[in-house]
Amino acid sequence: MSTKSSEEILSANQNPRITWEGCSVLLDINDGDRVLFARLTAGSKVKIGNKNCSLQPLIGCPFGSSFQVEVGEEGPFLSRVVPSTEGNNLGEKMDCQNMEECRDNRTLVDNNTAQSLTSEDIDDMRRKGATGDEIVEALIANSSTFEKKTAFSQEKYRIKKQKKYAPGVLLRRPFARRIVHASLAELQPSHSETSTSIDQLEDACDKESSPASDLVNMEESSNVNLETVSNLAASPKTNKSIKAGEKAPLEAIKSWKENGFSSLIIAAPDLDAWSIVKELVPLLSYSAPFVIYHQYLQPLATCMHNLQTEKMAIDMQISEPWLREYQVLPSRTHPHMQMSSSGGYLLSGIRITAIDQPQPN
Amino acid sequence: MLPIDPTKKLSFNRCIMYGDLVIVYERYDSMKPVKVSENGVLQNRFGVFKHSNWIGKQFGSKVFSSKGGFIYLLAPTPELWTLVLSHRTQILYIADISFVVMYLEIVPGCVVLESGTGSGSLTTSLARAVAPNGHVYTFDFHEQRAASAREDFERTGLSSLVTVGVRDIQGEGFPDEFLGRADSVFLDLPQPWLAIPSVAKMLQQDGVLCAFSPCIEQVQKSCETLKTYFTDIRTFEVLLHTYEVREGNLGSWQDSDGCLGTLKSCKKRHRSTNGLENSSPQTILARRNSEARGHTGYLTFARLKCDM
Ligand SMILES: C[S@@+](CC[C@H](N)C(=O)[O-])C[C@H]1O[C@@H](n2cnc3c(N)ncnc32)[C@H](O)[C@@H]1O
Repeated sequence: MSTKSSEEILSANQNPRITWEGCSVLLDINDGDRVLFARLTAGSKVKIGNKNCSLQPLIGCPFGSSFQVEVGEEGPFLSRVVPSTEGNNLGEKMDCQNMEECRDNRTLVDNNTAQSLTSEDIDDMRRKGATGDEIVEALIANSSTFEKKTAFSQEKYRIKKQKKYAPGVLLRRPFARRIVHASLAELQPSHSETSTSIDQLEDACDKESSPASDLVNMEESSNVNLETVSNLAASPKTNKSIKAGEKAPLEAIKSWKENGFSSLIIAAPDLDAWSIVKELVPLLSYSAPFVIYHQYLQPLATCMHNLQTEKMAIDMQISEPWLREYQVLPSRTHPHMQMSSSGGYLLSGIRITAIDQPQPN
Repeated sequence: MLPIDPTKKLSFNRCIMYGDLVIVYERYDSMKPVKVSENGVLQNRFGVFKHSNWIGKQFGSKVFSSKGGFIYLLAPTPELWTLVLSHRTQILYIADISFVVMYLEIVPGCVVLESGTGSGSLTTSLARAVAPNGHVYTFDFHEQRAASAREDFERTGLSSLVTVGVRDIQGEGFPDEFLGRADSVFLDLPQPWLAIPSVAKMLQQDGVLCAFSPCIEQVQKSCETLKTYFTDIRTFEVLLHTYEVREGNLGSWQDSDGCLGTLKSCKKRHRSTNGLENSSPQTILARRNSEARGHTGYLTFARLKCDM
């Protein structure tokens, strides 16, 4: 894994799949509601809902473990959830009844009186030390409509209440896919769904990150949270890469000029694509591929046309990838209602030599 | 295909030599792989091309036939290979491939298991992603297909990164030597659910599986089986629209006398009349191609439950 090639781990001879003090992690809160970076130190804390919890209990746990916020004598703390054999996938608990669901919701009346527990009751339970899960169970027991709901809606109800009263944290390794989604989520909170063009870009970035290659980040007006990126001790992307704002060693610059770059990725949403492309494409070695991302089609169309007329590139294509997620459940499979539709456009192509006269054979 | 050897680090910058694999680019939708050989000759509708004339040229060069026709000589990449390989089976294309490589979190050094190998389209990209020190172990129960795939990896220079095994993965699962060793697993099999229990044993904790299936009924069965061992089960479909771009001159309705909409004929007329109309600028126009590649298959991802 990438993590194996990271110096930090090599020196400490760590199992890269278990966290250690000082390592960077991603915290997935409430099943993707919020994803954030953290460094696991004795003093670091995370705010979940209105509660501040220490990250200490996460140190030494395998990536992939889940935690829940519990409230103890000394206040809120994160407690490891031992995975049950039932698992936590929506719809799992309805195996036997799902096919012939006999309940329907004809008798359900939504008049706000269905729940007999008041918020005072809940506060009271809390004071007496009830866990989040116990509160959820109490809410279900006191819901007059729960029994009448279909198994599917019951599950939905449970998950909704769990998120509120027993918020969960999932411990993840910081990988490019998750990082970008975390920083995207920070940038545009309304748009945190996966988008394929971004994935294709990330994939391209990952390919460039092999230890034998240089990754040069030419970002100037960066709107990505660079601090988070440079935090990623375990990511191969920082290997040998020259960070934005840092001057590359002369030796490296010389070698780039001589050899040309072996690929080019441009994602500069606020800049005119052609004005960058015409400067950067000539730095590529011949036959090297490039890809340019833009959220609008028109700048890429202009770019493609110019590259064509200037005979700088071939095999050009503008594509718009669409990602569609599906809910897969017995007898209830359908595309998700909210789909990310288009995450933007990609112009890809291959640089060619400029020489254009037939040579004598 | 890959710049694994540090002395050849920037492989694109190398000059073409005998024995090289080049991708001959004839036209946008027409490319083929050619091994450069001493007496080799390429003949196509653009003329006759002698391989010997290519020696010492840089990849990316345009070369001409005696007729004056031309082609481009490109360095092979996994993206190009997917477009030119010989289809012995259905294959995965680049939109699905990039999503899979990304989602499976495959980076240099990973150990990846795959079945079936098929035409090796995905395998080629997996190999690049794990290079230089990872490895892809790919299995197909079809002896001939496995052998052809092996030959292809030899040709593309990936054989040090890929091992092709012949094995019935649905019947026997992956070999025990990989127990707990795989960073990620990819399945493109008719009944992936039969292989899922084995995949669960092969993956490292928190490892990711992807199963590709063309039909939703297959996805349904896979998801049912996945629930026992996996979490974060998510199914996606990747669709791709492409766009065509042209330069045009859109007439203004005021000075058009009945020639609205016909871009080209209008253009001529505009030139020949007064200067005012000449000022109507050339516009770059883009529109979606009508023949979009539609459904390829569903990609189901899942993460091994953490039970430590
Ligand atoms: C659609 S192809 C895979 C294509 C591949 N993903 C690519 O991109 O080139 C499916 C392959 O699975 C193989 N296969 C089917 N059943 C199998 C089994 N039980 N064990 C191993 N391979 C199997 C077939 O021989 C076939 O080559």
